[in-house]
Amino acid sequence: MYSNKKVFFFAIILFVCVLFTGRLISLQLMSDKYFIESVKNASNEITLYAERSIIYDRNGKLMVFNDVVYDLAVIQKKISKDLDTAALLKILKIDKKTFLNKLNKIRNPSITYTLIKDLTPDIYIPLQENILSYKGFFIEQKTDRRYKSDIGCHILGYIGEVNDKIISKDPYYKQGDYAGITGIENTYETYFRGQKGVKIVIVDHKQIQRGSFKSGSLDSASIPGPSVHTSLHYDVQEMAEEMLKNKIGSIVAIEPSTGEIIAMANSPSFDLNEMIGSSRNQKFASLLKDPYNPLFNRAIKARYPPGSTFKTIQALIGLEQGIVTANTTYPCRGGYHVGSLHVGCHAHPSPLDLPNSIAKSCNAWYCYLFRDMIDDSAYASVADGYSAWREYLLSFGLGIKTGVDLPNEGNGFIPDTGYFNRYYGKDKWKSSMILSLSIGQGEIGVTPLQMANFAACIANRGYWITPHSISAIDGYKKIPAQYLEKHQVPIKRSHFETVIEGMHSVVAPGGTARGAAIKDLDVCGKTGTSQNPHGKDHSIFIGFAPKDNPKIAVAVIIENGGFGATYAAPMATVLMERFLAKTDSVFVSKNPVLYERMRTAKLKNFSQDTLR
Amino acid sequence: MSYNNYANSDRTSIDWSIILVYLLLCIIGIFSIYSSVFEPEAQWFNFEMPYAKQLIFFGISVFIATVIIYTESTLFFHIGYIAFVLLILLTLGTFFFGAKVHGAQAWYKIGSFQMQPAEFAKLGTVLALSKFLGTYGVRLDSLKNYAITFLFILIPVGIVLAQNDTGSALVFLSLIFVLYRFGLPSIFLTIGFSFVLIFIFLMLTSRTEQILLLSPKILLTLIIFIILGIIGYYIRFNKKGIILISILFTIYTIFIFGVDLAYNQLKEYQKKRIELIFGLIEDKKDVGYNLWQSKVAIGSGQMVGKGFLNGTQTKLKFVPERSTDYIFCTYAEETGFLGSFAFILLYTFFLYKLVIMSERQNTRFARAYGYGVFSIFLFHFFINIGMTIGIVPTIGIPLPFISYGGSSLLAFTILLFIFIKLDGNRSNEVSVDID
Repeated sequence: MYSNKKVFFFAIILFVCVLFTGRLISLQLMSDKYFIESVKNASNEITLYAERSIIYDRNGKLMVFNDVVYDLAVIQKKISKDLDTAALLKILKIDKKTFLNKLNKIRNPSITYTLIKDLTPDIYIPLQENILSYKGFFIEQKTDRRYKSDIGCHILGYIGEVNDKIISKDPYYKQGDYAGITGIENTYETYFRGQKGVKIVIVDHKQIQRGSFKSGSLDSASIPGPSVHTSLHYDVQEMAEEMLKNKIGSIVAIEPSTGEIIAMANSPSFDLNEMIGSSRNQKFASLLKDPYNPLFNRAIKARYPPGSTFKTIQALIGLEQGIVTANTTYPCRGGYHVGSLHVGCHAHPSPLDLPNSIAKSCNAWYCYLFRDMIDDSAYASVADGYSAWREYLLSFGLGIKTGVDLPNEGNGFIPDTGYFNRYYGKDKWKSSMILSLSIGQGEIGVTPLQMANFAACIANRGYWITPHSISAIDGYKKIPAQYLEKHQVPIKRSHFETVIEGMHSVVAPGGTARGAAIKDLDVCGKTGTSQNPHGKDHSIFIGFAPKDNPKIAVAVIIENGGFGATYAAPMATVLMERFLAKTDSVFVSKNPVLYERMRTAKLKNFSQDTLR
Repeated sequence: MSYNNYANSDRTSIDWSIILVYLLLCIIGIFSIYSSVFEPEAQWFNFEMPYAKQLIFFGISVFIATVIIYTESTLFFHIGYIAFVLLILLTLGTFFFGAKVHGAQAWYKIGSFQMQPAEFAKLGTVLALSKFLGTYGVRLDSLKNYAITFLFILIPVGIVLAQNDTGSALVFLSLIFVLYRFGLPSIFLTIGFSFVLIFIFLMLTSRTEQILLLSPKILLTLIIFIILGIIGYYIRFNKKGIILISILFTIYTIFIFGVDLAYNQLKEYQKKRIELIFGLIEDKKDVGYNLWQSKVAIGSGQMVGKGFLNGTQTKLKFVPERSTDYIFCTYAEETGFLGSFAFILLYTFFLYKLVIMSERQNTRFARAYGYGVFSIFLFHFFINIGMTIGIVPTIGIPLPFISYGGSSLLAFTILLFIFIKLDGNRSNEVSVDID
């Protein structure tokens, strides 16, 4: 009977053997799970952050660069259960609640998460000394933006932490990364950000590094963003911003032959130097609350009635449609009076031919022209006439996005026939009802960029190139093709010469902006004094220089600045003179009084509703 | 006394195959220890390191083994009770002169040398138990004899439990197998195993509200009632049968509904270790850290392993107690399934061999001793490997011949070689007293 019992023992041995073997099969052979887990255990992925592109002006002058900053990062999964939280909090100088809140934001516990950004030296130094005692925590070296001066904030733009939307769209980003939010930082983000690298290191159970994983064969270096030359002219930009101080307004200067933006200045504006490091969020919040809305890039978003500057385009359309010639005259008896309709005009000789109508800015002349264009019997209806007229405007880049390389550009506003149909009733409106459009008033809204762009188009005698703020990216032969597109206006070159003839007399004795003249500066331009519902007229000027082979086109809008000749025109000529001066010599203006007067002028009429 | 019957000739035949297995295991152990403490920057051999100490103890063990082979077999029979008393006293001494290691008050510390007397107490217990069972005329047929044998087992169990050494206590309890071989009715083992199965079932269903409209406990009680009923039907109901079945049913019912009470007496970490095994809780950081890292180490070995000295889990110290209780992790991570399976087979052969050898003994003493040795190795093997691969709750006991530890290597060597010597001498014994 006893010997049967040995079978029991054999059975037990067999059972253990089979049990163990089965378990080993399931652990070792059924999946890669444990192998992957052991690799994750033994290695840490260290992100090598790439330096963002360094930004220069068009002449190679440094505008934006980077500085090294240190962040505290964490892989939540690797935090030890024995973490001495109190000691860590003491070094970090934050309270437990804040700390836990930050930890709770982590969604993926196995990847690196930036916990505290831009450590100040008094935190960084003791933390660096003790970081090994805090398993799972480590210090990451990154770079943050630094700015040479406070100019160009709207065009350069700021960077900020990526949000969930950006992360979900582009797997390149991780929680805590920076990306360009506005300006060219945003548009050219994929260039500017460079390429993050990765270094995988072997770590032991205490997270102490023990050399590189697989001899570094999986590592990749970070590639800094390529150096970038903006098309901005540092000095012109700086002067433009100086002159805008204590005023509300916008200045845009474009190189007509290339579409490159030489300057784009807004007032009010802000200082990018205050938008760095840990103060970024706080500063941003205060800027958002500022009633003058300094973050608003009015140059590409704000709509202004173009006022008399619009007459240049009116004349061009009239010429192209054959309604008028250079010699056509319309009478002006202190304005345009038909029935009960009166459009006033200032005192000037009458009648005027086309070039003189521009030089003297005769309102009546353009009322007649507009009526003749819209009510032209060549069209079946007023609406058709209006539509044809509107098409010309669109071809100048008005009422549509110019396609500038800056985010959130506004369309401006050129009403279509539908707009008037809704307002007056279908076929119940005629040119006399919308006559104010002829002199750039009424419903029309144009952005400062659109104004500068159509000035450039006139300078080019019939075409414009998509405005853009980048002239070169290192390592790339060309900037992206969409910013080099040429837009032809369906108006003959000779008509442009006729209008330019008129514009040439504006900043000249007898012209409306004679006071803005600078010796040796061959300016063509047009003033505008645009009525608006927000108070005193806006002072507006568009123009270019020199007349032949133009190098710079400028649009200036000074809100509630009064006559175009008062502020806008002198500002424009000052900037033109500065741009045309040789860059390698010290600049001395031939009319230094103008710049001083503009710079020091104060328009204390900031009111909230003029800003939107 | 049966041992007076030995012939004074030299018909010794040592079984070399088990010695070969022993040597192989020791060598695997030394290499595994070497790998588990390996530092790439350190010199390749350092006398301060555990592998060197293990090598020295291996040398001592071989010497002692040789001495045992040349010792008169009768000595081991005669010293049985004395060894038991001395070694139990030595174990008790830890309460007064001992040191605490890993929470167990079970060690002596002499300089840098540590010794766990419980390892040797196993030897004393097996010797004493075998001597009693091998004593002329002693049979497991009286309550008195059962009481004595259980006393031999339960005294050391009590002591090591008091030392907070649950693992060793289980090892001593495994000597029940010896009693089973010597006449303990199967029903006790059956009840024991069925308790284990019921516990496993209750653990696995502890999150289940009901099965077949019944709570798991009610269902289990019903099943046991049916099984007992069927058994009762086959053995024909007589008065004695009905009483027995009723007693059994009561015992099972008490166990099923009372096991929670006993379970709740366990310490919190012990409960967690058990719940981890059943997958009732997930933990990779706290109580479950060891188990998780151990499973990752073994699992990441895959088919062929990461190669000698290339295990990351063990080299980078993610696995705790790499050279002692979790030594199998180092081995399995670096040799993969092929190496691990070969190891399991080798150990299985070793255990099988011990049963074969025990069965061929001519004396009750030698056979009892053989089964004692077998039971101890089986339990160490089952609990240690089972713990690393996650089928046994974490219980810290060494893997004989593999785990680092001088006293354990020496104790297991002595334990084994006394049996090898007894086996070698079996032809000189007259099997007058065998069942």
